[in-house]
Amino acid sequence: MNHLTEEQFVLYYYGEGDGSAGVREHLDACEACRGEYANLQRVLNIVDTAPVPERGANYGAQVWRRLEPKLGVRGNGWARWLMPIRWPMRHWAAAAAMAALVVTAFLAGRYYPKPQPSPRMAAGQVRERILLVAVGDHLERSQMVLVELVNARPGQALDISSEQERAGDLVAENRLYRQTAARTGDASLAGVLDELEPVLLEIAHGPARLTPEEVDKLRRRIEGDGILFKVRVVGSTVRHREEKAAANPGQKSL
Amino acid sequence: MELTDSVAVAQARDGDSGAFRVLVERHSRNLFRLAYRMTGHQEDAEDVVQETFLRAYRQLAKFDDRASFGTWLYRIAANCSLDLIRARKRRSENRENHDSHEEGAPDPMQLLADGAPTPERLALSSEVERRVAGALDDLSEMERAAFVLRHYEGMCIDDISRTLGVQPNAAKHSVFRAVQKLRRALEPLVSTAS
Repeated sequence: MNHLTEEQFVLYYYGEGDGSAGVREHLDACEACRGEYANLQRVLNIVDTAPVPERGANYGAQVWRRLEPKLGVRGNGWARWLMPIRWPMRHWAAAAAMAALVVTAFLAGRYYPKPQPSPRMAAGQVRERILLVAVGDHLERSQMVLVELVNARPGQALDISSEQERAGDLVAENRLYRQTAARTGDASLAGVLDELEPVLLEIAHGPARLTPEEVDKLRRRIEGDGILFKVRVVGSTVRHREEKAAANPGQKSL
Repeated sequence: MELTDSVAVAQARDGDSGAFRVLVERHSRNLFRLAYRMTGHQEDAEDVVQETFLRAYRQLAKFDDRASFGTWLYRIAANCSLDLIRARKRRSENRENHDSHEEGAPDPMQLLADGAPTPERLALSSEVERRVAGALDDLSEMERAAFVLRHYEGMCIDDISRTLGVQPNAAKHSVFRAVQKLRRALEPLVSTAS
């Protein structure tokens, strides 16, 4: 009598395959296979004991609180008003941040000569926080594009059309933020944005389907320059400054 | 009345962030469970949950209304987990592999065989958990993903192959290889205990 193979045991355990009746019959008749199968069941039962940390009933709400700022949505009102034009929300977030920046800069400039220090300070703080939020979001999205490419499976061709589309969006924003950072004297941020720009351009304007060699080359380019690490570091600094600015609205953090 | 997933997706596409919030709150715990089983780390699982919803939000327009939103999220989460595991593996390749048997630590098999007293037996259950976690960590990322989806999530091979973007045969063999490896690593536990 031929005994059952390991694969047959596994398929039978999971109810896969179409030979389950035959396997059942064999198990009824063969003590050796019954013992083998019982061993497999015990191993898989032990695997079931691996615990998963419990998450409370409000876990979903906690996830949402962390997620919401990254989505670029602020409640239903304006988002619903903007959506009929069908722009992705992240474009609106960046556009809104830039528009707010321009308006606050204009207002701050307009009232600058007047002896009203408080409103000017408030406008400056608002501008600073808007800029920090927008730059933080920009760095995070850039980081995601780079991470996806660095993590691509080695030795395989890759379709990067989605990354390309996002990199294309990021290039224009990057230029604006780099110029603003240079103007405000934030040399480290300007430096990293300056290094990031050609990488984003290369991704955006390269071929959409990469050969394994091209994937490797791009990965080496990203890793070799250490740009991902720099973006992470500056991103976390910006987030820290953003949190500090939010916690101490009276203090300057730039 | 509670929003169904399909209605919430339609409203979220129209810019209703409240509807997307409903989806996040509804699916977060399941996604965490899946991500934890795939990555084996709480922090990584938290990152996977966040990244899954971010990707889902950005690709909401591409979601096929005829499909199940939950399954679609699972697919994204499984792929996020795979990305993260691969990145982690690359990072750890340069680090020295640590031996799962620390020098001087009692052998859990020996504890069982000796009929050890209660404190050791209590320690044993966490040791078994550690062994299981170690055995799962030793699987390749594809084996682990396929095994988690089959064993814990009860997905059939066809669904696993669609979720992971591989041929059904490859999915089946990944599950099979995973079980083989787990068996090799954990059988001493069950045969000593039984």
